[in-house]
Amino acid sequence: MTKLFFDESVILMEVNGETKEAVLEEMGNNLIQKGLVKDSFVKAVIAREKEFATGLPTAGVAVAIPHTDVEHVNTKTISVGILKKPVAFGIMGEEEETVNVELVFMLAMDETHSQLALLQKLMEIFQNEETLKYLMKETDATRIKETIEQQIDFTTL
Amino acid sequence: MEQTKKKQVLVACGAGVATSTVVNGAIEEMAKEHKIKVDLVQIKISEVGSYVDTADLLVTTAMTKKEYPFPVINARAFLTGIGKEDTKQQILDELKK
Repeated sequence: MTKLFFDESVILMEVNGETKEAVLEEMGNNLIQKGLVKDSFVKAVIAREKEFATGLPTAGVAVAIPHTDVEHVNTKTISVGILKKPVAFGIMGEEEETVNVELVFMLAMDETHSQLALLQKLMEIFQNEETLKYLMKETDATRIKETIEQQIDFTTL
Repeated sequence: MEQTKKKQVLVACGAGVATSTVVNGAIEEMAKEHKIKVDLVQIKISEVGSYVDTADLLVTTAMTKKEYPFPVINARAFLTGIGKEDTKQQILDELKK
């Protein structure tokens, strides 16, 4: 298992995209530039989002967790995108319903069955209204990084 | 009361990687807590067809339009926390049948 890559460079404070495709492209291209994912990642993640939507209505700020198959990933990472304006994403498990997403956690995972702890802790963030609202308000990427690191506790993974 | 047959529960998402892992973990925990033996199978939603003869229940985060001979429960609640207790109860009810 490779170590999870996570620093300020994968935290995008102002994602400009106004459609889900534009958001995924912007965030995915950043990961490609950093060599964390392969060139095929963006296309794959957009296609996957279209087929299996990942928007999640939560108690606080709606989130999306776009991801795709492991073969497009070089190094495991979680990219965080704070959207300038809410963007409609399909709701996971629904046919047509959408939700206005403000926070995107793009998951680039490199193994199929081994990330339970990481994902469970990430989902705990989604269930914490206070943390979600804080992430939207915070303007300092380092503090966002620290908050997420604290919540997910990378040292135990 | 002793269970006669271990139930086969399919846990599926789009890729069989991310969200099904979380749901799988939650059901495992729940089954242990209630001392129910269950055969959990984590798959991609596209693979459900191979299990129509053996499965007792499908728990999924992906959308499925197809009709199956077993009940289908939406598992989004395990990710967002909203309605989680209801979803757990639904699954439990099926497992105890």
